[in-house]
Amino acid sequence: MRHIFKDLMAATALASIVATASYADEPKKGGTLVTVLGSNVRNLNSAVQSGIVTGFPGAQLFASPLRYDENWEPQPYLAESWETSEDGLTVTLNLVKNAKFHDGTPLTSTDVAFSVEVIKANHPFKSMFAPVETVETPDAHTAVLKLAKPHPALMLAMSGQLMSIIPKHIYGDGEITDVKAHPRNNENVVGSGPFKLVEFKNGEHVILERFDDFFIDGRPYLDKIVMRIITDPAARAIAYENGELHMGAFESLPRIINRLKGVDSLTVTADGYGAIGPLDWLAMNTSKGPLSNVKVRKAIAYAVDKNFISKAIMQGTASDSTTGIHPDSPFYAAQDGYDLDLEKAAELLDEAGFPVKDGTRMSLTIDFGWPGVKPQVEYVKAALKKVDINVEVRSSADFPTWAKKMGTGDFDLSWDTVFNWGDPVIGVHRTYDSSNILKGVWSNTQSYSNARVDELMAMAAVETDDVKRKALYAEFQAIIADEVPVYHTNTLPYHTVYNTEKVGNPPIGIWGTSTPIDMTYLK
Amino acid sequence: MTCFTAQHSLKGGFPVNFLQTLLVRSIYAIILLLAVLVLNFSMMHLAPGDVADTIAQANGGADAEVLEAIRTEYGLDQPFLVQLGRYIGNVMQLNLGYSFYYREPVTELILQRLPATLLLVFSAQILALLLGVLLGVISAQKPNGITSHFVTFIALFGYSAPVFWTGILLLIGFSLQFQWFPVAGMRDVTIEGGFFVKTWDVIVHLILPMITLASVFLALYSRLTRATMLEQLRTDYVRTAYAKGMPHRKVVYQHALKNALSPVITLAGLQFSAVISGAVLVEAVFSWPGLGTLAFTSIIARDTPTILGILFFSALVVIIGNLLTDLAQKLVDPRIGGIE
Repeated sequence: MRHIFKDLMAATALASIVATASYADEPKKGGTLVTVLGSNVRNLNSAVQSGIVTGFPGAQLFASPLRYDENWEPQPYLAESWETSEDGLTVTLNLVKNAKFHDGTPLTSTDVAFSVEVIKANHPFKSMFAPVETVETPDAHTAVLKLAKPHPALMLAMSGQLMSIIPKHIYGDGEITDVKAHPRNNENVVGSGPFKLVEFKNGEHVILERFDDFFIDGRPYLDKIVMRIITDPAARAIAYENGELHMGAFESLPRIINRLKGVDSLTVTADGYGAIGPLDWLAMNTSKGPLSNVKVRKAIAYAVDKNFISKAIMQGTASDSTTGIHPDSPFYAAQDGYDLDLEKAAELLDEAGFPVKDGTRMSLTIDFGWPGVKPQVEYVKAALKKVDINVEVRSSADFPTWAKKMGTGDFDLSWDTVFNWGDPVIGVHRTYDSSNILKGVWSNTQSYSNARVDELMAMAAVETDDVKRKALYAEFQAIIADEVPVYHTNTLPYHTVYNTEKVGNPPIGIWGTSTPIDMTYLK
Repeated sequence: MTCFTAQHSLKGGFPVNFLQTLLVRSIYAIILLLAVLVLNFSMMHLAPGDVADTIAQANGGADAEVLEAIRTEYGLDQPFLVQLGRYIGNVMQLNLGYSFYYREPVTELILQRLPATLLLVFSAQILALLLGVLLGVISAQKPNGITSHFVTFIALFGYSAPVFWTGILLLIGFSLQFQWFPVAGMRDVTIEGGFFVKTWDVIVHLILPMITLASVFLALYSRLTRATMLEQLRTDYVRTAYAKGMPHRKVVYQHALKNALSPVITLAGLQFSAVISGAVLVEAVFSWPGLGTLAFTSIIARDTPTILGILFFSALVVIIGNLLTDLAQKLVDPRIGGIE
């Protein structure tokens, strides 16, 4: 029923978009969009660098085989059509015939094969293309991906910033593994996306201009994009407000989001981050001490009030999340939460063998990796005090200090934020897979191990039937919610901010700004 | 040695003394630089975690084998002494290495950023000095007057307010309420125009960060000028000058001020390193594309070669700044450096 409802909603949404597009605003051509990056760019080549900062310029410079609409439906992009064989072991991409790189060289299937090789060797997310064994190129415009096993996650992995097709004649001049340090990752970058690089000044800006030979006729609409690098969120907020910036994405500070919502000239929206899938959660180290007992973990979940976090700390900007999958994802299956219940928490702690002795049941530590989540951590300390658990807050001097603690299991509780990155195989499995325990930050740092969960993930990874796949993930999410290796509290409230009067069709699909903005225009 | 003394007496002190000073200073500088590098390298090494973690962070995560590959590539899996030896060896050959984080030569990264920082630091220092001295002189003439108290208030306010707060306050005032100045950066790339248009654009961008940075040091200079001026105004030669019937203005600005300046310039030289560190925060608030922002992001990223490179360059700038101070002091006070 829910499913039908969602489809219905999707259909109406689509219809209304088509309707509005047809009468309201005819996209205007030209103009310079001034937008912003919240931190410095390390590398513009999104075939070797992931992350939301590289994603924005990366998706403009490089095209990928597919793109997704806001209803999670794949759409043709570099691939005008695609098919997966019955056994799921062959994925054929039929490339558009007129795609060219920014230097005028035609894009062919050889570049696709090369790019897959480069991504496999250099990209930080190995799970995206691990099952891809070879890419065959029967002709210039057909690329055939041969898989060792069915790999439905490939669809999302071929979109957004995850599968940037880079030109072999530029990046193929050395060893495959050297592409991550290629001198043309930051200057004279050549891709086939809607915009080409004019200038990248480290710490200052990235300037892109319209690529006139872009393979989609009449696009992009904008002449130029200026991406200013402004790292201070307060300074960015002022720049949105006084009109210096037309648009920006990935704003996550509740105080600033709410302030900008009150500015008449701006639209502030949480739409469009489903595939990025950022989740906030309370991580629990299941490998040692009282937290290895599931009853203790549940008790903590009952004692920590999500409502408080949502209202007082996130100030209404975040949405509820109950599993390791982002609520906007088609794979999300909402679970019953742990509504605040101190009695039940106390009962569970008693059952687990932790009665109150000398006014306390146990002592735990809680960590956090960046100053922004200190309120959450302080709140957890206060909340657990009510069920007689002593919590010591441990701060880390910087991110690597915290990452080291997490990566080596040196923690009891910790606040954490982890991204889904499209398909669950890419960004969700890593947290719960028992073969990925303590493999650095954002691995299975909780040392969680459940044979059925492993089995479900393994099955879902190769299940080509969408309905069956969703069912597998539903069971997976139910177990995770029941065993609470992490207590899911809320989504990280990423918001896109744009000037309502000036910006038409901002990117609010599923990938945030990690998507080509060839359809965005200035009014 | 005889030749030296001969030259010394012949040409009158300054050149030989200066060259000697320069030589001794250079030796000290090299030792100091090495100590700075070794100490900071060791401290960076002591901190848990490394650049592989921050690269994973920038990527939104990374698989374990990728993390290991990064550590192997940068030699982070080697023993500490091997890493340190390699680094110092390279520095001895004037090679500051490659940034772990940006994969660019450190020297190139720094040279790209240096002009912006020099512009900010020097303009703020000059503004603070000029305005500080002027306010100090004004308030010294009527030490208990309203103007004096006002100057004290302004100066102490600037000194005690954290720069990032002052910066944001100025932004809210002059970029949001009155939209006179841009919010961030050093230039508006959408502006078309010739040299003058672009220079003007940089000046407009410079004003708020410059005032923010200068506000901290204004207090020091104005308070010190005020104190030394008060002292000078009570001396015999000032009384004599007045007795001779010299106009007030001339006494204050030509005689007393000249003698009062020496300690102020000394302080300005000493404060130079503080101005540079102050620039780190100011640059962060205004996204000023200088060394400060680079230092800030590199420290957060644990990008050891870049941090050490920045320390190296900052130390050089401080050393040069101190030398300039000495020269300036010689200009205002001939007794310094040139006495036989």
